[in-house]
Amino acid sequence: MYDILLPIKFFFRRRITILAVLAVALCVFTVVVVMTVMNGLVTDFTDKNHTFFSDCIISTDSLVGFGLYDEFMSRLEKTDFVASVAPVINAFGLVESESSGKNAALDLMGIDIARHIKTTDFADSLYYRKDTPMLAFKPVYDTNLPGCIVGVDLLVERQKSGQYSQLSFLPAWSYLITCFPLTPKGALAKTGTQLSANSKTFYYSDNSNSGLAKIDSTVVYLPFDSLQSLCGMDVGTKRTNAVFVKFKKGCDIDVCTQKVSGLWQDFIKEKGDFAFAGLFGTISVQDWKTYRRGTIAPMEKEQTMLILLFALVGLITVFIIFVIFYMIINRKSKDIGILKSLGVSRFGILRVFLRLAFLIGLFGAAVGILFALVFLANINRLEGWLFDKFGFQMWNREIYAIGEIPHRTVPLLLLAVAACAVAACLLGALLPTLSAAGRKCVDVLRVNQL
Amino acid sequence: MTNKNNYILSCNDIYKSYQMGATRLDVLRGVNLDVSRGEFVAVRGASGSGKSTLLHIFGALDTPDKGGVFFEGQSLARFSGGKINEFRNKKIGFVFQFYHLLDELTVLENVLLAKMAGASALGWFVASDAAKKRARQLLDEMGLSQRVRHRPFQLSGGERQRVAIARALMNEPDIVLADEPTGNLDSQTGSGILKVFEKLHRQGQTIVMVTHDERIAAKAQRVIKLADGRISAAY
Repeated sequence: MYDILLPIKFFFRRRITILAVLAVALCVFTVVVVMTVMNGLVTDFTDKNHTFFSDCIISTDSLVGFGLYDEFMSRLEKTDFVASVAPVINAFGLVESESSGKNAALDLMGIDIARHIKTTDFADSLYYRKDTPMLAFKPVYDTNLPGCIVGVDLLVERQKSGQYSQLSFLPAWSYLITCFPLTPKGALAKTGTQLSANSKTFYYSDNSNSGLAKIDSTVVYLPFDSLQSLCGMDVGTKRTNAVFVKFKKGCDIDVCTQKVSGLWQDFIKEKGDFAFAGLFGTISVQDWKTYRRGTIAPMEKEQTMLILLFALVGLITVFIIFVIFYMIINRKSKDIGILKSLGVSRFGILRVFLRLAFLIGLFGAAVGILFALVFLANINRLEGWLFDKFGFQMWNREIYAIGEIPHRTVPLLLLAVAACAVAACLLGALLPTLSAAGRKCVDVLRVNQL
Repeated sequence: MTNKNNYILSCNDIYKSYQMGATRLDVLRGVNLDVSRGEFVAVRGASGSGKSTLLHIFGALDTPDKGGVFFEGQSLARFSGGKINEFRNKKIGFVFQFYHLLDELTVLENVLLAKMAGASALGWFVASDAAKKRARQLLDEMGLSQRVRHRPFQLSGGERQRVAIARALMNEPDIVLADEPTGNLDSQTGSGILKVFEKLHRQGQTIVMVTHDERIAAKAQRVIKLADGRISAAY
């Protein structure tokens, strides 16, 4: 019973334990806040990639693309695990603003809007046509004109607050878009001896804010058929260079991607005598995360690095607890002698101090988590206030495509941090406690007697 | 040879030395002492004569380098670690010069600590009411019934020592070992504490008390004088 009473009494009646609790709380607070924000940023980024690129992507890096995609899409639509499919053309082109005369080489993305909004969350990224995404390529000022959707960062200024200065009306801007068509063999198409270039004027019909900085600052979206034509991919057997696939709800993405891959392999075997079957060789079937690994992996690596860095914070916690327990036990050496003179065993002493460490860890974690939750709940308000008063921002929203600071906590993370805090306290307390338990009480009492 | 079974506590040719840096300090050099049940023995000697060391060895807080200590004829050297703890808890009651109370506990909790130390959580659950009753009774006998909820720092030196005596008596030990129990008190308060020991002795309690004060030793039934690690006189 003493081993329950004493830790409680030591905990509540020793000021030094408050220091220990505060040290643990501070470490827990820091870890929870930083991990929540970092985890939120990574999750947000991966989620945006997922919703932009659907579940599975059949694609080739080749600008030539591949044929028979519509036949394969029909096969996919007949399966019981595919919800929708959408062809996508990724190309490059020269974009010239007809009003300002400025031009730039940009990424072009050809999308079949009807299929694309079923397969991805593209509709949510639109500004003017969010509620009527089917009309996204029809400029509101003249729906008969061919429209283009422009990545938001190409046209709209981002304020320091992170908000875009969207115009309340859609300006009638036009762009001359020029592409260099490729033949199915990969050569530049020629007219006579001259290289041919296809140009067409498109009218600004909307902008897209996908939340993916690189895409929003480099991509212009065109109707699938239009870009197919500009790239010469409509000559002979029509070609595309990607098909996005969305699986039905509840389907495992890895398993279904394997199924799509199997179907694709069967398909290309079956179509072995197709004139341009050689183009199938460059195609890969990947789940969204593998497809975007080049972009996601660095962030996940950063997160892993951060976890490692916080393991060092954990080590610091262990050291702080070690020092505090060393102090506590030095001060309590007389008490250890008394307890031993009363017949308390070595293990009894161990239990007393390890339970005290457990209490410190538990309370420290609880206090740290509580403050972290309060802080996170108000983090954006606090940042807003700091920005209004002092112009301070965690991230310059003019540069970084981050809206709100992520603040949604993950219960599992909180539990893991609390468990680590308790474990760190037990670990930090173990050595001084073992040393205390091993001391001969007569040594302690004799010293005190002098 | 003396039959050790006749004595509650005895020691046979005890030697003990300490290493103090490069110097070896021989504290006890062949001490023989037998204590009968119900006896009040005072061990007298100057500072450094080895009297506290002898008391610690009697109470199994320390072990001799040579020689044996016997409790009711059984050698303490043969006791296992668990049995030594039980011996300290049940058979011995220690009273120290500096009281050695735990500052975080109340007076009542300090007294109960002796009982708690020897009980499991379940055992305590069963015995706690009786233990609290006995602790209150002891504190009442010590004139501390109004102080049960106080903490040690709120008490005078004499009161603290009486709490320590109550704690030592909590488990109804066979022997009370007192190490200079009045050494930190003024003479009037010290006299009060001595009276408590005399009363305990009259009730049949075996007491071994260490003191350097001849007047205090005179209150004991038997006085053993230690000098240079040996018994120099017994009367």
